[in-house]
Amino acid sequence: MEETPHRRRAHTRRSDLQRYAGLFATRTGVMRSSAMRDLMAITARPEVISLAGGLPDTSTFPAATFAAQMTRIAQESTAEALQYGPTEGFAETVDCIVEVMGAEGMLPDPDDVIVTTGGQQAIDLICKTLLDPGDVVVCEAPTYPGAVPVFCSYQAETIQIDCDENGMQIEELEAVLDLLAEENRRPKFVYSVPSFQNPAGVTMSLERRRRLVELARQRELLVVEDNPYGLLRFGGEPLPPLYQLDGGDFVIYVGTFSKILSPGIRLGWAVAPPPVMEKIVLGKQASDLCTSTLTQYFVREYFGEGRWREYIDSLVEIYRGRRDTMVAALRDHFPPQATWTEPEGGLFIWATLPEYIDTGDLLAKALREDVAFVPGQAAYVDEGRGRSSMRLNFSGVGEEEIREGVRRIGKAVAEQVELYGALTGEQEAAGQTEVEAGRERESGEADVLPFRKSGEGSA
Amino acid sequence: MKVAVLKGGRSLERGVSLRSGARVEDALEQRGHDVVPIDAGGDLVKRLTAERPDVAFVAMHGLGGEDGTVQELLEILGIPFTGPGVAACARCMDKVLAKHELRGAGVRTPDWFAFNETAFRELGAADALSDLEQRLGFPLVVKPSRGGSALGVKFAASWFEVPEALVSAFSYDSRVLLERFLEGRELAVSVLGDEPLPVVEAIPSDGDRYDFEARYEIGRTEFVCPAELGEQDSAAVSTAALNAYEALGCSGFSRVDLILTEEGPQVLEVNAIPGLTDTSLLPQAAEAAGMSFEDLVERILELALKPAAA
Repeated sequence: MEETPHRRRAHTRRSDLQRYAGLFATRTGVMRSSAMRDLMAITARPEVISLAGGLPDTSTFPAATFAAQMTRIAQESTAEALQYGPTEGFAETVDCIVEVMGAEGMLPDPDDVIVTTGGQQAIDLICKTLLDPGDVVVCEAPTYPGAVPVFCSYQAETIQIDCDENGMQIEELEAVLDLLAEENRRPKFVYSVPSFQNPAGVTMSLERRRRLVELARQRELLVVEDNPYGLLRFGGEPLPPLYQLDGGDFVIYVGTFSKILSPGIRLGWAVAPPPVMEKIVLGKQASDLCTSTLTQYFVREYFGEGRWREYIDSLVEIYRGRRDTMVAALRDHFPPQATWTEPEGGLFIWATLPEYIDTGDLLAKALREDVAFVPGQAAYVDEGRGRSSMRLNFSGVGEEEIREGVRRIGKAVAEQVELYGALTGEQEAAGQTEVEAGRERESGEADVLPFRKSGEGSA
Repeated sequence: MKVAVLKGGRSLERGVSLRSGARVEDALEQRGHDVVPIDAGGDLVKRLTAERPDVAFVAMHGLGGEDGTVQELLEILGIPFTGPGVAACARCMDKVLAKHELRGAGVRTPDWFAFNETAFRELGAADALSDLEQRLGFPLVVKPSRGGSALGVKFAASWFEVPEALVSAFSYDSRVLLERFLEGRELAVSVLGDEPLPVVEAIPSDGDRYDFEARYEIGRTEFVCPAELGEQDSAAVSTAALNAYEALGCSGFSRVDLILTEEGPQVLEVNAIPGLTDTSLLPQAAEAAGMSFEDLVERILELALKPAAA
C-alpha cells in the first residue's frame, strides 16, 4: 500500500511549546500577542460594520485602467516584470516618488530614496539601522498602532509625548529631552506623523513644525516623519512637511503609495541622508533583496498616464463626505461628556469618553450590536493609557454605514454612562435624549487629548 | 467514523475555538476518522442535516457553543455530541446559577452577590452596595455572570473602584456578580468521564495574575502539572472538583477552576467546554496522566457515544 503523506499542522504539545520557548530570542518576549487580537478577529465578520480598519477606499479605482496597465506590462515586459530588481528600487519608481513629494513642496535627491515594501518596511528598516536594545525612541501619544510592535521588537524604550489639537506638544518634548540629557541619554529618533495623524487625526501646527526641526538641528537629533496622508487634505491650508522645512539633514522621510493609490501593491519609500541610506539599503538587502518588480512596473505605468492627482482628488471628495457624516453622527449619538477630533484630512477620528469607560470592554458590547472600532490602548506602549479612547475610521465604509455604526456605538456608550450615573448618583445627562444631549454640550475634561469639545464648530 | 467538528461561532472566544477545533480535527484525522469541520454559522443545521455525522465534536467556547444552544440543536437532530448536555452547559455558563447549585450541593464557593442591570437602573440597587464592605470585604472580584473567559473580570481594591468595574462587567452580560476575593493557589482540575486528571497550578510570573492578557501569553503565567500538592490537599482538591462537576450535571469532560485557601479548596467556576488549544490546561493535564492528545480526543468521543459507560 502506498503511504499517503500526512499534512502536518503546527499543533504542538505544551511541552513542545516550552522547548521552542527556550529557543526564542529575547526580543520576542516583548512582541505582544493578546486577547484583544482575538477580539479584533471577530470584527472581520461580514455583518459587522467595521470602523476599526485603516483601509483606504479602493472600490472607485477604475477597473479598465488597472486591466489596461497590467495587460501592457504583460505584453511589453513579461520577462523584466517577473525578474528581481535593484534593492533601492527602479529609477522610474523613484521618479514617481519625487513627483509625489514634489506635490507637497519637497525636492528630494533621487539618490537619497529607497523603495520599500510599504511604509511599514521603511519604519522597520529605520529601526533596524538605528536602534540597539534599550535605545530611546520618542513618539506621539497616541501613536500609530503599527509602529508600536516595531519599536518593541527592536527592544527600544519608547517615550510618548502627548498631543493636543496642534499635534505633538513640543514643549513637553523639550522637557523630556532635557530630562534625558541629565542622564546623558538622548533618543535615537523622534517618530512623528505630523499630518492627519493616525490615530488622533490631528495635524502639527506650522509653529510646532518649525520648532521641532529647529530642535533636531540644535540637538543633532533625527526626526522620522511618517507622512502617508499629507495629500489627503479636505480642508484648511496645506502645511510644509518637516522634510521640506529641514531640507533632509535631520529628517528621515517615510512615504507610501498605500493611501494615494493602493495598499495592496505594498509600495512605500524612505528618504534619508546618504550615510544613513547606505545602511538602510544593506538592511533591506538582508530583509527581502528588493521590492516587488511587478508592482513597481504598475506604478510606472500608472504615473505615466499623468492622472494620479485626479484620482487623489476623487478620494478626497469621498473622504470629506464621510468625515462630515461621521462628525455629524458623533454629534447626534455620542454623550455630552465625549470629545473627538475633527480632522482636516486623513482617515481617522479619535474619540475620548469619560474615564470610567474602558473601550476594550465597550468593544465587546459594541460587537453584540455588530459594530467595531479600535480601542485606544493599541496606540500606547504603556498598558493602561488610552483606555477611554477609540479610533474610528471613516475612509473604508460608506456614509450610511458610518451613520449606523456611530449610532450603535453611541447607544452602547449612552447605556454605560447612564449605568455609571445610577451607580454613583451622578446623573450626568442621564434622562436626556440623545438629541437633547447633542444640543446642550457642556465641557468635560478629556483624559488624554483635550481636543475640540463636541459642540464646537457645529453650524 | 464520521465526526463533525463544530468550532468558531459568534462568541468572543471565536479565535480560541477555531484553534481548539483545528487541533481536534488533526487528532481525529490521525486516528483515521472522516472529519467534517464546521464553522458554526447560519447554515449549521443545514450542514449537519446534509452531512449526517455519526457524532459531533463540540469545540466551541463561550455563548452559543458552551451554553447549551448548540447542544439543544444537536439533541433535536438526534446527533450524539461530546461534552456536557444542555442543562449542564446552561448551568456552567451562568456563574450565578452555578454558584447556587454548588452551594445547594454542599460544594464550597466564595461568597457573592449578584445584580442585574435592571436592579441598578430601576430599583436603586446602588444603595445596597454600601453593605459590600461588611459582607464581602475588599478587594473583591467583579465578573459578568455569563462569559467563558476572563474578559470583563475586574478587581476592585476599594469602594471607589466598584462602579467602574461594574460598568466593565455589564459590557459582557446583563447580570454580574461581586465575589469575595480569596487568597490562595490557583488550580484547575479537568475531569474526564468521572475521573479527575492531575491538578494544574497557574503561577503568575510577574504578579499580574488578574490580567486577562496574561492568560493568553506564553511566559506570563507558568503552569505546573501535576501541581506540587500534599497528598491531603491533592485529594481534597480532586474531590471538590469532582463534586462540582457532578453537582452541575457535567458529563464527558469539563474543567473545574478552584482556589486552594488555608481552609481548603473553594470552587470558582466550571468550564463546560474548556480550551483544547496548544496552550490549554485540559490537554496538559491529560499529558501528565500519560495520555496523548489523540488518546484524549478518542476518549472524549467514546464517552459521547456510550454515555452510560462513562
